[in-house]
Amino acid sequence: MDIGKSLMTRLSPGGRHGLASSEQRDPIGYAVAALNKLAQSDLLDRVGLRKQAEQVVFTSTREGFRTVTAASRQFKKAGGKGAGTRAPAAPRKGVFDLTPTEDEQMLVDVVSEYAEEVVRPAAAEANEACETPEGVLKAGLEIGLPILGVPEALGGISEERSAMAGTLVAEALSRGDMGIALAALGPGSVATALGLWGTEAQQQTYLPAFTEDAAPAAALALQEPTVLFDVLKPSTTARKTAEGYVLDGTKAGVVRGAEAELFVVGAALEGKPVLFLVESSTAGLTVEAEPSMGVRAASLATLRLEGVTVPTDAVLGATDGSTYTECVRLSRLAWCALAVGTGQAVLDYVTPYVKTREAFGEPIAHRQSVAFMVANIAIELQAMRLLTYKAAGRAAAGQEFTREVALARKLCAEKGMAIGNDGVQLLGGHGFVKEHPVERWYRDLRAVGVMEGAVLV
Amino acid sequence: MPISLDDPKKLKPLASQAHQVAMNMLRPISRKYDRAEHAYPTELDMLASMIDGLSESGASEGAGAAGVRRDEKPEEKQEGTKNGANLASVMSIAEMCWGDVGLLLSMPRQGLGNSAIASVANDEQSERFAGVWAGMAITEPGVGSDSANIKTTAVLDGDEYVINGEKIYVTSGDRADHIVVWATLDRELGRAAIKSFVVAKGTPGMRVERLEHKLGIRASDTAAIIFEDCRVPKENLLGSPEIDTKQGFAGAMATFDNTRPLVASMAVGCAKAALDLTRDLLTQAGVEIDYDRPAHVQSAAAAKYLQMEADWEGARLLMMQAAWMADNREPNSLEASMAKAKAGRVGSDITLSCVELCGSVGYSEGELLEKWARDSKILDIFEGTQQIQQLIIARRILGLSSAELK
Repeated sequence: MDIGKSLMTRLSPGGRHGLASSEQRDPIGYAVAALNKLAQSDLLDRVGLRKQAEQVVFTSTREGFRTVTAASRQFKKAGGKGAGTRAPAAPRKGVFDLTPTEDEQMLVDVVSEYAEEVVRPAAAEANEACETPEGVLKAGLEIGLPILGVPEALGGISEERSAMAGTLVAEALSRGDMGIALAALGPGSVATALGLWGTEAQQQTYLPAFTEDAAPAAALALQEPTVLFDVLKPSTTARKTAEGYVLDGTKAGVVRGAEAELFVVGAALEGKPVLFLVESSTAGLTVEAEPSMGVRAASLATLRLEGVTVPTDAVLGATDGSTYTECVRLSRLAWCALAVGTGQAVLDYVTPYVKTREAFGEPIAHRQSVAFMVANIAIELQAMRLLTYKAAGRAAAGQEFTREVALARKLCAEKGMAIGNDGVQLLGGHGFVKEHPVERWYRDLRAVGVMEGAVLV
Repeated sequence: MPISLDDPKKLKPLASQAHQVAMNMLRPISRKYDRAEHAYPTELDMLASMIDGLSESGASEGAGAAGVRRDEKPEEKQEGTKNGANLASVMSIAEMCWGDVGLLLSMPRQGLGNSAIASVANDEQSERFAGVWAGMAITEPGVGSDSANIKTTAVLDGDEYVINGEKIYVTSGDRADHIVVWATLDRELGRAAIKSFVVAKGTPGMRVERLEHKLGIRASDTAAIIFEDCRVPKENLLGSPEIDTKQGFAGAMATFDNTRPLVASMAVGCAKAALDLTRDLLTQAGVEIDYDRPAHVQSAAAAKYLQMEADWEGARLLMMQAAWMADNREPNSLEASMAKAKAGRVGSDITLSCVELCGSVGYSEGELLEKWARDSKILDIFEGTQQIQQLIIARRILGLSSAELK
C-alpha cells in the first residue's frame, strides 16, 4: 500500500464530525485541529484549568454507553398449538362517512383529556430528560393504552379490528406530544401485533402481562442505521438452526430500548423479512442510548443482536414476508396519525400567536404572507388527516390498504415536515428558543417518513 | 357507522357510467374542439338529453351542476349519514372532466348559472327556470376577485329591473340560453346590495360583444357581454330583494359554497387523466411504482409519481368531504374553499409535472398531456382564485374579518 496515501487518509478530516469524506484540510486547518485536540485533553482538567466534567452515567441523553438489555420478567410458556384469537374486521356499509362511532368518540375524548392534562405539561421536561416520566406512563396504563388493540377475549378492549380506533388515539396523543405518545404506545403496539399474528401459545405467554398493572415496556424494532434504508430488506439476519434461529444485526430508533422486556425484531430469513419475538434477557443483546433530533421522550436506543438464539416458536406470523409487510404498513399508518396530531398541535399553537403578536402596529395575522401560511397548514393538515383515515378505515375493515397507506405516508412526511417548519417560522426568533414548543414539534415531525416500526395500529 | 372514506357504494354505478361517457364520447372529440375553438360541439346535444333523462328518472341522484340544490324543507330525520346529490355531482363531474374539462363546461343545461339558480332560487323560480341553460356573469373588466366591487347596476323601474354594465369571462356566454348576472342595487350599500338576476337570451339590451381566445378549455366559449338598459322582470331577481346589511354578501356567496367543490372536482378529474396516462407511459418505459418500498430507493420518476398521487388523493378527499357535508346540511364554506385551493394547485402541479416526466411526448400535441396542462390552469382561477381561497380559509381559521385581514 502507498504509505503516503495511508497517512493522508489518517490525517484527512473527512468521514467524521459530519464532514463528507472528500473534505481536505489546508495548513490553517491543521493548526486549528491541533488546538482543538489540546482544548479537549485531560491535561487542562488535571491542572484545574477547566471545570470537572460531570460523571458519565448511563443515561438515554447520551450516546456511546452500551449495556445489556433489561432483565425481562419470566414470561411463562402457556397455551396450546392453536392459531390464536383474532378480532373480527369492522363491519362496512359502503357509505362515505367521517363520523366516528360512539365508542371511538368516547375513547378520543378520554385520550384527548390525558394528552392535554398529563402529556403536554410533561413534554418539555421529558424531551430534556430523554425519558417519559413514570407517572405519565402509569396514567396511560389506566386508560388502557397497552391493551387497546388486544381482543376482548384475550383481556383487551377491542371488539373488532382496531386500526381506526388506534389511529384516532395516536392522533389525539400526539396532539399532546409525539415523543411521549411513542413511549406510551410502544408496548401496546407489540400487544396489538401479538393480537394480530400471535399463535395461541404466544398470546397466552405474553399478553397477560400487558393487562397487568405493571405492563412491560416492549418495542417493535424494524428500523436500522442504514442510509437509504429499505425496511423490506433488513440487513439483520436470521439463520435457521436445529433448535430455532440465530439473529445478528443492529436495530435503530428502538423506543425505550433499555427498559423493554420484549422485542419484536425484523430480520431477513432466507431472503424474506420476518418478525421474531425476542425476550430482553436473551444472551447476545446489547442496547445503547441513541438520542436523536426529536421524539426524545421515547428514549430511543440502538439494539445490537450478536448471535442471539431464539426458539422455533419465536417467529411471529408468516415466514413468507406477508406478516412483516402488513406490520410495516400498519406502523406507517400509526406514524401518519402521529404526524396529524402534532400538525394539529402546531396549528392550535400558531393561531392565537399570530393574532396577538404585533409588528408594524398590528397583529401579524393581518398580513397575507402570515395568514396564508396558516391557511396552508390548515389545508394540508386536513388532507393528511383524510388520507390517514381512509387507510385506517380500510385496514379496520380488513380490506387492501397498501396504496392508501403509501399515499398517506408520502403526504404526511412531506406536508407534516412543512407544517413543523412553518410553525417555527411563524414565531420567528421566538420559535427558535425552547420557551415555545414549536421547535420541539419541528424536530419531532422530521421523524415522520424516516422512522419505520416502533408503533402500529 | 364507522369512519369510511371509500367511494359510496350506491354512487359507483353513476361514476362508472360517467366514466364510460367521458371515455367514449368526450375523449374522441377532445382534440378536435381544442383546435376548433368557438365551434359548437354538436355531439353534446345528444349527451345533454341523455343526462336530462337520467336526472328526471332520478337514476343519477342529480348528477351535474343542478344537483347542488339544498332543500330548505326539513326532511324526515333519517338514520345515519347521507350520501346524496352533492357527492353524486362531484364524483360524476370528476369523471366527465377526466374526459374533457372544456366539453363538460359546454354541456347544455349544466352551466355554473344553473348551480347558482339551484343554490339561491325560491321554489317558484326553480320551477320557472327548470330546464334552462344558464351561464354565470360576475367578472367585469375592472373587477375580478373583488366581486363585492362590481359596477354593473340594476335599478327597479316599475315591475322591471334595468341592468347596465359590462361582463367578461362568461362561460357558455354565447351558447347558453340564459345568463345569471350579478349587479348592485345600490353601490353605496356595498356587498349587501349585490343581487343576481336571470336574463333570458334575446332580451333587448343584452348582447354578446366577443368571444375570448384562451390558453385552455378552448371547447368552452368564454364571452364578453354588454348590458345596456336591459330590462328584466323583477321576479327574475334570485333570492330576496331586501338589502340586508347584516347578512351582507352571504346570499350571493352561498352559490360559491356549492360551486367550489364542483370546480375542485373538475381539477381532480383533469389531473386524474394526466396521472392515468403518465402511469401507463412510465410503465411502458420500464418504470415500476411500488407502494411499499420507500420512494428514495425507487427511481426519481416513481418518487415524483407517488408524491403527485398523494397530493391528488388529498385533493379528492377534501372534495368528497365538502360534498358530504353539503349532503348532510352542515355549513361547508371552509371545507369547500380547502377543496378548491388544494385541487386547484395540485391540478396545475400534476398536469405540468406529467408533461415534464413524459418529455416531448408529453409536450407535443400527439398526446393530450399538454392540453390537460393548459386546461387545468383555469381551475385554479375561476370561482375564486387560489389566493382568494387562502384568504377565506385564513379568515375562518383565524377568526378575522375582511377589514382585518385584507
